[in-house]
This record gives sequence, C-alpha cells and structure tokens, in this order.
Amino acid sequence: MTIARPIFYLLLVAYIVAAPFLFPDYRTQLATLWLMIIVALTWDMTGGQMGYNSLGNIFFYGTGMYVCAVIGIGIAHPIAEYTNAAGGGIYKFTDTQYFLGVFLGIIGAGVFCSICAVIIGYFTFSLRGPYFAIGTLGVAIAAGELVSNWDWVGGGQGIALPVYPGDLDNGKIFFYAMFAVTGVILFLFLKWMYKTRFGAAINAIRDDEEKAEAMGIHTLRYKLTTWAIAAFFVGVVGGISAYQLIHFEPLETAYQTINLGIFMVVCVLLGGKGTLWGPVIGAIMFQVFKEVTWNYFLGWQWVALGALIVVTVVYFQDGLMGWLKVVKPEWFGIRVEKTDDGSAA
Amino acid sequence: MTTIIEVNNVSKSFGGVVANKDISLSVQKGSITGLIGPNGSGKTTMFNSIVGYHPIDSGSIKFEDKEISKMMVPEIARLGLLRTFQQTRIYGEMNCVENMLISQPHRKMSLRDAFNKNTKADYERADQMLEFVGLYEKRFLQSGSLSFGQQKLLEFAMALMNEPTCLLLDEPTAGINPTLINGLIDRLRRANSEFGITLFIIEHNMRVIMNMADHIYCLAHGEMLAEGKPEDIQSDQRVIDAYLGAH
Amino acid sequence: MDQILGNLGLLVEFPVVNIKIIIDGVMIGALFALAAYGLALVWGVMNVKNLAQGDFVIAGGYIAWWLAGLGLPPLLGVPVAFGFMWVIGWVIYKLVITRVIERDLFTSLLATFGIAIMMAQILNLLFGSDTQSIKLEYDTLFFFDGFVDVPIAKLIGVCMAAVLATCVVVFMKYSRMGQAIRATAQDARAARVLGIDTEKVYAFTFSLNAAICGAAGAIIVMVWVIQPFYGITYAIRSFVIVTAAGLGNLPGVIAAGLGIGALEQYGSHIFGIGYQQAIAVLLLLLVLVFRMIQQRRSRQVLK
Repeated sequence: MTIARPIFYLLLVAYIVAAPFLFPDYRTQLATLWLMIIVALTWDMTGGQMGYNSLGNIFFYGTGMYVCAVIGIGIAHPIAEYTNAAGGGIYKFTDTQYFLGVFLGIIGAGVFCSICAVIIGYFTFSLRGPYFAIGTLGVAIAAGELVSNWDWVGGGQGIALPVYPGDLDNGKIFFYAMFAVTGVILFLFLKWMYKTRFGAAINAIRDDEEKAEAMGIHTLRYKLTTWAIAAFFVGVVGGISAYQLIHFEPLETAYQTINLGIFMVVCVLLGGKGTLWGPVIGAIMFQVFKEVTWNYFLGWQWVALGALIVVTVVYFQDGLMGWLKVVKPEWFGIRVEKTDDGSAA
Repeated sequence: MTTIIEVNNVSKSFGGVVANKDISLSVQKGSITGLIGPNGSGKTTMFNSIVGYHPIDSGSIKFEDKEISKMMVPEIARLGLLRTFQQTRIYGEMNCVENMLISQPHRKMSLRDAFNKNTKADYERADQMLEFVGLYEKRFLQSGSLSFGQQKLLEFAMALMNEPTCLLLDEPTAGINPTLINGLIDRLRRANSEFGITLFIIEHNMRVIMNMADHIYCLAHGEMLAEGKPEDIQSDQRVIDAYLGAH
Repeated sequence: MDQILGNLGLLVEFPVVNIKIIIDGVMIGALFALAAYGLALVWGVMNVKNLAQGDFVIAGGYIAWWLAGLGLPPLLGVPVAFGFMWVIGWVIYKLVITRVIERDLFTSLLATFGIAIMMAQILNLLFGSDTQSIKLEYDTLFFFDGFVDVPIAKLIGVCMAAVLATCVVVFMKYSRMGQAIRATAQDARAARVLGIDTEKVYAFTFSLNAAICGAAGAIIVMVWVIQPFYGITYAIRSFVIVTAAGLGNLPGVIAAGLGIGALEQYGSHIFGIGYQQAIAVLLLLLVLVFRMIQQRRSRQVLK
C-alpha cells in the first residue's frame, strides 16, 4: 500500500492537468465539477466535520462574486457609472486590467467573505441544529434580496464583467485551471488540517458539543475559524465564477439558495459526510447525474434534481463513504470492542 | 487549608419546584468532600449550578475566590473546575486515545497550537492516563463500543487529562460491578493524593463515601440537613431518618 | 434615502395612512397565522420542521386559480383546494415524511426542503413564472374620506380564514382524533402504549396541515398574488411566527401573524415594494437574535 499511494496521487495529478486537453468539449463541465468539489468540501468542513449544517454557505458564493466584480471593475472604471450603463460596451478593459482584476478580485473576495463569516458566525453559531440551518438560509436569502435592490451594484439586473481577452477556448482552459488549482490547494489543506488537533476539536464539537464545552474547549473560536476558512474558499470560487459567467444576477446566479446552495449539501450526502474523499466523490456523482438529466429530462431537470435531494436524504443519508465505513470499518481504522466482558480493570 | 469552592445561600427553583433552598457549603482545597442525600434532595442541581449549567436564583458561588455564578460552562471549565456526568458522556465515535488527546487542557492552547499535530509527549501522557485507569489494552477500540463501566473509567481518565484543580464527580460508582468498585476508589484516592486534585463527590454508596471523604454534606428536600466528618454523619439521627423516610 | 424619509413623513402627516397599512397588514397577517398554525401543528406532533409549508400554500393557490380559469366560482376554490391538498399531503407523508420522522432534525429539514424545491419547480413548469391572482367582482368599502379602502373580497377572505381556524381548533379540542393528536404531541411513546395508532395520527396531522395551507393559498390568490417561487418566503414567515410565539401558544401565533403582516406592510411602504421579501427574512433574523439573547440569560443556547 505504501508504494501504491504516491503512484496513485501522481496519476491523479497528471489526469487533472491533462483533463481539459483530453476532453476539449467538456472544459466548462470539468470546471463546474471543480466548483462542485470545492463547495462540497467547504460545506463538509462545518457540516460533516463539525456538525453545523449550514443552508446558507451560498451567501459567500454570491458575496464573493460581487466583491470580485466590484474590485475587477473598480480598478478601471467608476462603478456607479459602469452599472448604470448596464454593460453598454463603452467601457473597455486592457489585458492587464482584466487579469489584475481577476487575481485581486478573487483574493479580495476570499478575504471579505472570511471577515463576513466571523461577524455573521458570532450570531449564527449560538443557534443549534435546525435553527442554525434556517438562520443561515435566512442570511443568504436576505442578502440576495437586499443586493437586488442596491443600484450601485446593478440592482436586479446584476453585473456584466469583461470577456476573457484572447481565444475563448484558451479562456476555458484558464478558468478550468483556476478552479482546479483552488480545488487542489483546498484538498491538500484539509488533508493536513483534519489530522491536527484542530481537526480533532471540531469533531469533538460535532460528537458532543456540551461535553466539549464542559471540558473547556474554546468552541466559538473553532467554529468561527472553520467557517472563515470555508468562506474564504467559497468566496474565491465565487469570484472565479463571476469572471467565468461574465454576467450574473443577484437572485438566480449569485445567491442561488435553491440551486447551488442546496447542491453542495447533496454532493456531500451522496459521497459521505465527515470524510475527506466523500465530498469529492459525491460531487463527481452529482455532476454525472446532472449531466444525464439535462440531456434526457429536458424541461423537468430541476424537478429531477429536487427528487434527487429527497431520495438522497431519505435513502442514502450516509453516502458512499458512510456505507463503506459500515461494511469495511478496518479501512478507516475503526476497531470495535468484540466481547462484553465488563471487567474493566 | 484554603477554601476552593464556596457556596453561599444558593437557591434554585424549577417552575414551582424548589430544588435548592438557601444552601451554603465549602470545599477545602486538596480534600475529598462528599455530598449525599436521598433521591430528589437536590444534589445534582447543586452540581449543575456550580459548573454553570443553569443560572441560580439567588446566592453566590466562588471558585478560588472568584465569583462564577454568572459565568458560562466553558469559561468555568477553563478555570480548572470540571465535572463528570451521571450518564457518562464520551465521544463515542473516536477511540480511547483520541478521546484522551482531545481532553488536553485547552486553556493552555492557543489557536496556533491547535494547528499542530499532537506530539509524542501528548500520546505518552494519554497512554499513561489510560494505564492509570486500566484501559491501556483497549486504547484503540472505538469508545462507543466499550461497556458502561469502561466508559465511566474513560470519562474519569479524560477529566484527569484536562489537569483540573477540582473535579466534581456525579455518582462515580453507579452502575459499576461491585468487585471493581475498590479499584475505582483506589484510583480516586490516588488522583487526590498524587495529582493533588480536590474531589467533590455525589455518592449513594455509603461504604464508598464514608471511607473516602474527609468531610460530608447531607441534603434533604433541597435543604442542608447536616455536615461533618463521616463518623459524625453516620451516627446523625436526622441523616438516618432522611434516608429511611421517617416522616 | 430621501425616498425613505419621504415615505416616513407621509405616515406622520397623514395618520390615516397608518390605518390603511395596519388593516392591509392584519388582513394578510391572518393568513400567515393560519399557515403558521399548520407548521406549529406538524412541528409539535412530529418534530418535523416543514420547509415545504410555503409551497403547500402556493400550490393551493394555483389549484384555486386554475379551477377559476375553468369556471369554478373562486370562493368554492377554497374547500376544493383544502381537499386536494389533503390528498397531496397524505401522499407526500407516505412517500417521504414517514421515513424521516425518527431521524435527526437536519434530515427532515432537508427532505422537506427538497420537496419544496420540487413543488416550486413543478408549479413553475405547469403554470409559468408570472404572478397570478384572481380578480373578484365585489365592491370596495371606503373609510376616512376614501383614504382607506377595504375590498370586500379581502374581508371575505379573512372571514373564511377565521372560520377555518375555528373549525380546526374546535376539532382539535373535542374530536377523538384531535385528542389523539394532542396526546401524541405530548408523548408519542405513551400514546402508542395506550393504543393510539401514531402512524395514522402523523399521516392525519400532516395531511391536515397541507389542507390548511391549501385553503390559505386559495384565499391568498384572491386577495394578493402568488408565484411559484414565493413558497420559501411563506415558509420562513411561518417559521418566524412559530419561533416568536412558541409552539403551544395559539393566541401568540395569531398575534404574531397579524404583527408580521402589519410590519411587512410598513416595511414595504417605507422602503419600497422591492424589499417585501427581504423584510420577511430580516424579521426571521431579528426574532432569532431576540430568542438567542433570551436564552443567553439562562446560560443556554437556542436548540
């Protein structure tokens, strides 16, 4: 097993790098797959690993989009005039401005979202269970509604960003690379983090928060930090999405609570909550399902996705990894007391 | 001997039921103090009030001369005042060693420390504590699959791992096989004498508490009935009446 | 900003406008209270927090609207929607809810959210995404020199809601099923031991809830507008009401419902109609914060 591991990872990396060239027609879908992986992994940070099931992580996606757009536009043109013109094409961007906007924008988006997470988290993390879920959902919906009334960022029309300067096919590779690099960084980060004391602490919060508190663990500190890290990555992919989609609206694209907002949860459930690979596998499974339904269920694809949510929640709650944990606990290092002899000493 | 816990005139009611009425007691540092009384006399309520589980209606509670009656549970725990639960609480999904590692004193850990892995020294300490309670051979088993008695020992070990100054134990021998109780008493005594931890124990098993405690408080119907050395309490007629229910 | 101040000024200058806003708010609030009562029922009996509540309401509205388009008198649409949604509620219960009752709370929340999404999308496919409403050919009453208008249609709607609510409350108090429901709400295991078929009780309760929502929706389509994606906001409103009033508190639910109706009308008057949905959600956050502070005082958290 020890030699197989590095080879496995090497092949994986090679595949990731080669994918957009092996499947040139699917570049956008591959980029979207990475998006799903990232939002699934970040959801699992607070959900599967820490026990706080958020329905509002999409808030960071939308906010990330807007912050990135504002920065990206702001470095070249006054924002109010730009949004008033509603993408009338008068405003041009040089190549430097474009790429500067992209990179500054996504970093700014990530940082801003992290700060939001700490502020909002101070309030939401005093809520438990369903109240936390509904509270976070409320935050996301409220943000979407409020932003759609804010003319400075384009109100209900949204914002239009400049198109990729250069060959559009290369543009697709560019965005794929952005998503993929973010995804790999996130995965490696989590791989490391879950093995530290921090990872153990958030698992303790999930398993028995009252016990963790009674043992003196700074639960609020861990909760805020975890959400802030998750928010950073979601904000970053929000920013990348903004430039990739070119035009986005507040309610349907940015703060899409009933689409991406819930898809991230389904991905994690499908693959298995609270594991490192679970969200990744789940995202892949979900993407495949989505592509199939788009082609065969034309018109009814959203209903099919809603049905997938219900079926997954009811029947496959533990996901693939959860099922594996039950049939092959040895793979996860879980050892169970075989006999009940009761003689402790 | 200094007073480590000072409870003054504490009262607590739940709705119309008076659980604690005007109770005063003090626990001396380094001692083993007992809290006894028939069922429903308000012992667990008193413990819960001390550790911050619910607010008190009136009175004051001091730990190491610091007023704690308005503080939240984790803050009090970080001062070094811990409790074990009557219905033993452990992290069932993790194995014993992981349970121990997560129980390290977080008041000594900054956020940056948290991003490190546990050191070899940490693992050794965890093993030591598990050895102390006799769970060393079972240390890699999932804690949720252990027997009730073993889980109780694990919870005790976790509390010790947290390096408390004072430990409140709620019925530590309840549900334990009688042949194992001596072993547990021995370990409690050693925790007190070797590690210097003050113990405040709710117990129903008279043999256990009379043998261990330096000082005992007896509650009945939410009020303080009697206090004193074990020999005095044992022969106190009021205590005997309360338990036999002569009223 | 000037707009907002201008709107506020209007309220102070013409006190009559306040009355109009309050009356409008209270009338629609009565329907919010109705939906909230259903939510509290399901929550109290089965501990299921039904996020599809709002979509039940909207679905009921569409049933009445569609039948009105075929010639059915709108007022008859209410009992028809009641019956139709009862069946739909029963089907949803048997297919989904019964499997998530015993599980953890997030499961039931997600499951109902999934149902909500499905329903919203189905309604969107069937009826399109324009807002719909039924115009009734009734007069309007005018008060205060014509400043305050109360369409008789709305009055009828509120009366119907009141009648329905009264029927349900009476039913819960005096019928055998009502007693069985209340017993199960208090202690399901004890109820089972005493011979109550809790499965039947759950199915009945959920269907009843769907039916109440359906009727509310049929009334709403007459006095307001519906749209396939308004569902989530209704669910959130019901949530706000139940969280603010507490589970067993019927007068509290009514008061909170009327209150929310009035507050929303004030909000949309002062800030503009585009903020309607935002206000409903912000009220949710406000109520949660308030409850949190309350719980903090007793060293607990909002579970």
